[in-house]
Amino acid sequence: MKYLLQYTYRYCAGIIAFVALSQTVCAQTESDAIMIPKNYLCIAGMYAHNNWDHYWEGTLKRENLNLGTISSNIYNVGAVYGLSNRINVSAFMPYIQTKASAGTLRGQRGFQDINLAVKWMAVREQIGRGLLSFHAIASGSIPVGNYQGDYLPFALGSRSKSIAIRGLVNYQIGRFFVAGAGQYIRKDNITIDRDAYYTTEMHYTNQVALPNATNFLVSAGFRSLLLNVEAIATKYTTLGGFDITRNNMPFPSNRMNATAVGGLVKYMPQTLKGLEFTLGSNYVVAGRNVGQNLQVMGGVDYVFSVKKEKK
Amino acid sequence: MKKNILYISAVLAVALFASSCKKDITERNQDLPALAPANIDLNADTWVPILTGASSFTVATPEAITTPNYLADLNEIKSYQKNLTSEQKDIIKYWSAGSVLRWNEILRELVAKHNLPPYQNDDGSYPFPSAANPLAYPQFPFSNPPYAARAYAYISAAQYDALVQAWKFKKSFNRAAPYKNDVNVQALVPKSDLPSYPSEDATVAGVTAQMMVLLFPGDLDFIQKKVAEEKLYRLMAGANTRSDWDAGENLGKQVANVFLARARTDKAGAAIGTQADWTKFETDAKAAGNTPWISLELPHRPPMLPLFPKVTPILLPAAAVATVRPAAPYKEGTAEYEKDLKEVMAMSNDHSRDHERIVAFWADGVGTATPPGHWNSIAAEEFVKHNWSEVRWARNFALLNMAQMDAAIVCWDTKYFYFNPRPTQMVAGIKTLTGIPNFPSYISGHATFSGAAATVLGYLVPERATEFMAMANEAGMSRLYGGIHYRNDCTVGLATGVKVGEYAVNRGKTDGAN
Repeated sequence: MKYLLQYTYRYCAGIIAFVALSQTVCAQTESDAIMIPKNYLCIAGMYAHNNWDHYWEGTLKRENLNLGTISSNIYNVGAVYGLSNRINVSAFMPYIQTKASAGTLRGQRGFQDINLAVKWMAVREQIGRGLLSFHAIASGSIPVGNYQGDYLPFALGSRSKSIAIRGLVNYQIGRFFVAGAGQYIRKDNITIDRDAYYTTEMHYTNQVALPNATNFLVSAGFRSLLLNVEAIATKYTTLGGFDITRNNMPFPSNRMNATAVGGLVKYMPQTLKGLEFTLGSNYVVAGRNVGQNLQVMGGVDYVFSVKKEKK
Repeated sequence: MKKNILYISAVLAVALFASSCKKDITERNQDLPALAPANIDLNADTWVPILTGASSFTVATPEAITTPNYLADLNEIKSYQKNLTSEQKDIIKYWSAGSVLRWNEILRELVAKHNLPPYQNDDGSYPFPSAANPLAYPQFPFSNPPYAARAYAYISAAQYDALVQAWKFKKSFNRAAPYKNDVNVQALVPKSDLPSYPSEDATVAGVTAQMMVLLFPGDLDFIQKKVAEEKLYRLMAGANTRSDWDAGENLGKQVANVFLARARTDKAGAAIGTQADWTKFETDAKAAGNTPWISLELPHRPPMLPLFPKVTPILLPAAAVATVRPAAPYKEGTAEYEKDLKEVMAMSNDHSRDHERIVAFWADGVGTATPPGHWNSIAAEEFVKHNWSEVRWARNFALLNMAQMDAAIVCWDTKYFYFNPRPTQMVAGIKTLTGIPNFPSYISGHATFSGAAATVLGYLVPERATEFMAMANEAGMSRLYGGIHYRNDCTVGLATGVKVGEYAVNRGKTDGAN
């Protein structure tokens, strides 16, 4: 058991909040190759700050003097549990506040969605000098708060139920690793407060069909018992949706694409067994109908066994 | 065992993934029944038109139903009906809900498409759309609420007049529908005893398309596609021959020209004003000892259509605009004013979800069909329940939309007469739940439009009058909940709207349609 703990490392959850014009949060545990062992529980708390003052209106990059800088604070708490050494489950729920630095529009605050995930390490094999693993991750989100999804760019989220599957390959040689992942996200229709809306045509309904999305990720870095340092690039693409027209407001079913680059550092002080500290940042380098967001985040996790270890 | 669980879980997961997340949406206007008027209003030729009471129009005498040309028209219908594709059946289903209804929806769609404030120039000034060059940025028109109210009014009024004229010709020529003249022509819409020449659908399409030349000149391709589709529908459905259609479309255009002549000279084209006009409002307000309104947009945007009050009203005598104008808003520093201001501040801090919902439901801001358009949508969804004839649909929309156009004129007159600031201008830090419109506060446009609309709808459908007025009140108060208006703006706006609405009700009582 002890071997496995060391082998898989005790990283728990971090957070990579992908912030478009809306705030979508995904617990980082569902996007990395890290597993916690059977009967171990990880309790995680994170904070992230997002801000942007430029956004893409369709493909046109612009600022908006009547919004200034849009910022949000995300407080995310959750837990990861090792059902087995190969299957982990997790649940996270963020509380979010949003605001603009200019203009009069009021920001929002409240609980967003509960994010549930099951991560299954399907393959773990020695290949060449390194260790290859393949993980299948199923996740879903269910809105918790009764927030307004149709209030971009201040909406806490789109207030959609979603379900996603992700495949993740990780290859590790010694302390160095590379990983790649692909995710497909299916989104439920949402109900908005209006009874009609215009996309590229008029719709007389309060139901909005959201485009599904894909999310690809590559990362590479260094892992040891003490430290984990990695660089991450993600590309989020909606499959459909329409562009914001000139000087119009954003809408939940816009096409929202974003390519972001970032980095993550985790530190596990050996003197404080079970504690992990995470710092990270990412920046949107290219996008469409999203804000050019800069995110800075920090988190603390505590990992412990809920059963007495069998010797 | 463990493997089985994994296997079952995987299957369940796939099933869940595929079945969860619904994607189908049925919109409210999608599955409407075909219009089958309970009363064809055969006497509508005697109803009082809006502008064309003294006009004369020409419609050629139709050929007899035994002539080769008419028989060719019937053969054309039969050839369509021989192999209708599912796409063609969908066209029949769509249009058979009613011509006035569908054209009203098309108009709302165009308003929503064009309801976008222009983006500023590099020097901080703002460009204005040009009717002469409608497709250049900023596209013409910027269909803001006054523009939209006027567009809805002209199109509805012109449709009504065109149909009254069409009814006259229908009665005088008395040519029956193709399915009555040939047993081999199927009626794919409910049969009607209304004479078919000239076609009422064609009259509506013709008059509307012609009005669009002025109102939405950058979308004529879209409009003509709709006209062609509706024409095809009437032929395929066995409801009109090509000659029925052509006569109606031509009559519609003639009637539109009367309305276009009025619209081109109603002073709406000059409503934007000039820098000198904008400055004068400010100096006049200061001279009267009041704080003048200033634009809260960055860069400051010129006020929206400040000379719209000069537009010739369509129901009210022009002189009545000033008499309907309400008394001055509460003066700064008075107890009533302070009370209203404190209430706005409290609303700004009120995070009630219900307020958010009401504000969003009635916001009808950028990219929407505007408040008058929202009331058109409410009206249309009510009208479909009543099985009215096309001419009654048009008459009722005309009453509604003429009231809303004049409500826009009276409301804008009041706004620019007093030129008073929004609460957000007076107190820094008031947060709003929706965008602040770029014009003075008193009186609320939403409240005025809604008061007028609910009054007309309550007259047309008395059993729902209380409900419509409750909706109007909610629409008005949504502006207070949103932190962009004082309560007084909303209550006085509603009452003023009701007064304007009465003009339409009085017209409705004497136009011969009852």
